[in-house]
Amino acid sequence: MTSDTGTVARKVRSGVSHTLLIIVAIVFLGPLLYAVATSLKPADEVFTPTPHLFGSELRWQNYADAFTFAPFGRYFLNSLFVAIAGTAVVVAASSLSAYAFARLRFRGREQLFVLFLGTLMVPQEVLIVPMYWLMQSLGWVDSYWALILPWAFTAFGTFLLRQFFLTIPAELEEAARVDGCGPFGTFFRIMLPLARPALAVLTVFTFISFWGSFLWPLIIINSVEDKGTVPLGLAQFIGQQGTQWNLMMAASVLAMLPTVLLVILLQKHLVRGLLVTGLGGR
Amino acid sequence: MATDTTTVASPRDVPPGGAPAGRRPALRRDGRFAGIFLAPSLVGLALFTMFPTAMALGISLFDWPVFGERKFLGWDNYSHLLNDPVFRRVVLNTALFVVLYVPLNVVVSLGLAVWLGPAIKGRQAFRVLFFIPVMTPMVANVMVWRLLFQPDGLLDSGMQSWFGIDAPNFLGSSNWAMPAIVAMSVWQGFGYNFLVFSAALDQVPQSQLDSASIDGAGPLQRFRYITWPMITPSIFFATTMTLITSFQVFAQPFILTQGGPGVSTQTIVMYVYNQGWQFLTMGLASAAGWVLFVIIMGITAIQFIGQKRWVHYDV
Repeated sequence: MTSDTGTVARKVRSGVSHTLLIIVAIVFLGPLLYAVATSLKPADEVFTPTPHLFGSELRWQNYADAFTFAPFGRYFLNSLFVAIAGTAVVVAASSLSAYAFARLRFRGREQLFVLFLGTLMVPQEVLIVPMYWLMQSLGWVDSYWALILPWAFTAFGTFLLRQFFLTIPAELEEAARVDGCGPFGTFFRIMLPLARPALAVLTVFTFISFWGSFLWPLIIINSVEDKGTVPLGLAQFIGQQGTQWNLMMAASVLAMLPTVLLVILLQKHLVRGLLVTGLGGR
Repeated sequence: MATDTTTVASPRDVPPGGAPAGRRPALRRDGRFAGIFLAPSLVGLALFTMFPTAMALGISLFDWPVFGERKFLGWDNYSHLLNDPVFRRVVLNTALFVVLYVPLNVVVSLGLAVWLGPAIKGRQAFRVLFFIPVMTPMVANVMVWRLLFQPDGLLDSGMQSWFGIDAPNFLGSSNWAMPAIVAMSVWQGFGYNFLVFSAALDQVPQSQLDSASIDGAGPLQRFRYITWPMITPSIFFATTMTLITSFQVFAQPFILTQGGPGVSTQTIVMYVYNQGWQFLTMGLASAAGWVLFVIIMGITAIQFIGQKRWVHYDV
């Protein structure tokens, strides 16, 4: 009998717990749902005395209108180009140096690695002023170069991939070396294919950080209409009187979409990647 | 997952037949290859991180307009900052943001991670769900919240129609603007720590919790004496990272309030931006950036010293 009441109590408790969780999820999702809902409303129904999720119609046209209201097509292409090019540089440079730190022996390796890690401590905000001056000196102000290269060399990627390379059994590589494979051969044919999960994690995280980057483009890009990225384009809306909130939400939702898809598609990978690479703190 | 750099290096390939003398040539050959492997990162980091870090300190000692003549000032920019009421206010604002944001973030993410313990179905879905705003562009997230906080926005109209009261003008009131920025930031950022904590909680062996349970330990005791010591490294990691990033807050106040009303929500990074690219005084901007750097290094150092008291690495 006692066990019976025990199970009932446990069932009630888990039921309450689940209900609460669903409420938490809805509250958490609220802002995003509201953004999607607003993006589908006619302009004059964005602000209503009582909150409504839906307007008088589902106005998909808003998504097309956002692209004519502001050059969002251009912004998306710019963002895509910058994020892909930047990610390519990050992945290439970090995997090469990560391999050197993980597998090659050379004098001063530990000291150099500490120096690499030391650069992680420097916040971007310290670097923006001299970086702007450097871009001025190179003639790169308001250019794609300036959007791609300055932040494409980060010790984070080196660290992430090095940790992964270290988990790959050395025997695999030795076998290849005995078969006459040099460091480049082992790197490209053995290490890189084995490191695919870590490379995927690095690629996705890097792409996403380029995609969302705001402060630097804000500083370095003057011709927003021409070289602006999506966050810059969105920020153009602020301060405008009579902001077209429905169009802006449409553009915001579109800006979020690729990252949401990446997170969902690679969910298992991301969690495992976080753990594998020691970002889990343990 | 701590990895020792010195012990994991692979054994070298020894040239066949040349065992005794083989080590040094192999090493030298490795060294030459290492140069090629390292070159892109090394050149990039030197040019775009190490050199600018030093250069930032240099620029901060000058009257350095974006265009025009530069003049050496020594430490004048720093004494100017110390005496600038706006800068002092900006430092206080940033500190207030950190003091409100970091504990809230950790409590929310840890609380939810514990609640959504291994037993709950659909936990993976929550991990992904909470992680979404961490990854979506910050500017887009902030735009959405600007609409929420707007007079006649969702919060305002909701309070009016359900409770019959006007919501405060969140972004226009000096009492509400900072809490509004903190609320938005917690919503956006706690998913990362949630993922870190829920991964750490997975590592706590259920058998220990069960046997403590049999010995009569309640849920609070089990958390305090078993779970907590085991997850302290993750909590240390999460709080340190969150502290560092929260001092760098920019996009949220920049878009929600533009630092207003007045300068009541202006942060250090906004100050750097304004000095550098609104008033075009790069020297002052660079000095403010270095002050931020020193604050961050100081806080991190305190964290690392303090961790000995409460972080358990071998449980």
